Amino acid sequence: MNSALDHGQARNQAAADLEFREVTKRYPGQQDAAIERLSLTVNAGEICVLVGPSGCGKTTAMRLVNRMIEPTDGDILIDGASVKGRTRADLRRHIGYAIQQIGLFPHLTVGDNIATVPSLLGWDKQRIASRVEELLELVSLDPQDTRDRYPAQLSGGQRQRVGVARALAADPPLLLMDEPFGAIDPINRERLQNEFLRLQGQIRKTIVFVTHDIDEAIKVGDRIAVLKKGGKLAQYATPAELLTFPADKFVEDFVGADRALKRLALQRVRDIDLWKAPEVRVGEASSDVRRKLADADLQIPLLVDDRRRPLGWLSERALAGERVERDLRSTAEPVVELDDILRDALADLLSHATQYAPVTDEKGAVAGILSLEVIGRFLHEPPTDSPTGADLLDDDPRSRADLGE
Amino acid sequence: MSEALFSAPPLAQVEIQERTGESCIANNGFCPDWIVDNFDRYVGPFFEHIYLTVVSVGIGFAIAFALALAAHRVRWTFGPISGVTQVLYTVPSLAAFFLLQPITGRGNLTAIVALVAYTLFIFFANISAGLQNVPGDVKDAGQGMGLTDRQLLWKVELPLALPEILAGLRIATTTTIGLATLAFFAGGDGLGRVLAEQPFFKSNVVIAGGLTVLLAAAFDLLILGVQRLAMPWRRAAIA
Repeated sequence: MNSALDHGQARNQAAADLEFREVTKRYPGQQDAAIERLSLTVNAGEICVLVGPSGCGKTTAMRLVNRMIEPTDGDILIDGASVKGRTRADLRRHIGYAIQQIGLFPHLTVGDNIATVPSLLGWDKQRIASRVEELLELVSLDPQDTRDRYPAQLSGGQRQRVGVARALAADPPLLLMDEPFGAIDPINRERLQNEFLRLQGQIRKTIVFVTHDIDEAIKVGDRIAVLKKGGKLAQYATPAELLTFPADKFVEDFVGADRALKRLALQRVRDIDLWKAPEVRVGEASSDVRRKLADADLQIPLLVDDRRRPLGWLSERALAGERVERDLRSTAEPVVELDDILRDALADLLSHATQYAPVTDEKGAVAGILSLEVIGRFLHEPPTDSPTGADLLDDDPRSRADLGE
Repeated sequence: MSEALFSAPPLAQVEIQERTGESCIANNGFCPDWIVDNFDRYVGPFFEHIYLTVVSVGIGFAIAFALALAAHRVRWTFGPISGVTQVLYTVPSLAAFFLLQPITGRGNLTAIVALVAYTLFIFFANISAGLQNVPGDVKDAGQGMGLTDRQLLWKVELPLALPEILAGLRIATTTTIGLATLAFFAGGDGLGRVLAEQPFFKSNVVIAGGLTVLLAAAFDLLILGVQRLAMPWRRAAIA
């Protein structure tokens, strides 16, 4: 990876802990509170998603953090220090801020937009220029090509990236993002979400992320705070916990009837307990195979080659003789891989109208059997760890390269 | 009829009449020779006219700018300020030039006070509109990044209000150049005075009037040029 980025990482400030402590926001003349006694803690380096229906106060909650809105009661602490202890301007200059409409300054070039907070903080020209370049590369924009353009000359996706770069400009330990991908079309949104997660893999900031889209919340969140009308916290949990144990009817409805499928989307095949495959080679003694099958989860022998790659499911006749013969009842289709997303693997099973499929590792060797029963059992177990969309992206070769691993 | 009107021509005209023959002037035609010979007469008033315009527009802008910022900061003052400047704007200009004389006397001062009063509403309305048209998300982002109110105003809001502000400047300047031709009613200088000296002599009217129009066009182009230079992002958006 390029040296500018390494340089940036070396300089990265630590992420901050964030705590909402009994925060209430009540607008004069309104009966219901906008936020009611909200308490939650976001660990340094985590993405906390505030999600809920419109009017639930999620944006209000976010804007309380940088005092765009002042709380009526309670306090918000960043690394243990109250936000009230600093002037608004000073506080905000140390918190990244990205909003749905992006709000780029139309009269300033991309470079000057990104330089906003560093200039306010009094960085010298040289440092600002190199930081701008570094950030544009970080968000996958070509500095030479982009730096001197005006926002009106950029596409929606490019503007969004510039918005993120601008929020990161002074390397804040905490980032606020209000529906940052809300105005992007679905295809590009997916891409930007993935890029965002890769970026977070590099910068590891504490991020408060507001969205109304539960799928986005599940994808990007380390923890999700579901808010309901009146700014009441309905549940604060990891995506997997939220999907497995919704705290109440409201959360259950909000995460949707397909929450089981959503949970599958969070998991890879390797994350669940697979059946042991009854592996069989041509020429093996039939009696041995019968003994193997007696202990196996699946009563159908799987024929493999010398390197344990699946060839197909054996028929009864294959075991008729003393030695196993190559007599297949069907090919091994579909074959799923350990790294497949569980939901995709399930879709594979269903589309092939089969109950089970061999699972292979990176080398193509059999690692187990995935079956509908296995998936069903998994869905009834409590979540053991809390994988997130970000974890699922960790195996992406690009992100590894970016991390310089 | 025209001869009766020119019964008492000023001295300069008599001289020309003698040199170029009486036909053109006697017929009250458009006389190039007379114009060439008398062009000096317009130079002074031309610059006086510029002076009246620049001073009035400058003072008007300064006052209206302060008022617009006040109304921007303290919202409730917008209505009253808007109302008062609008009333000033609706007073017939001629009346203003006369009405002010008991207070400020005859002369450029009276003219300038009246002209300033006219520009106030134009400037105030345009600067206010410009500030109001700044997109909410841009302001929100600015505040969220830690710009103070003052920084937001000077670095974001005013630059973005520039199109409306300069549009106001164009209207106010053109209007003032036109109205300043009436300044002589208040005892002021400018092209209006020359115009009034021989209001029915075609050559005079054409030159004095023409210079006024020329001045207005020149100022308009100048401001347009400034607008281009000051707002590269607008050109970028179109490109």
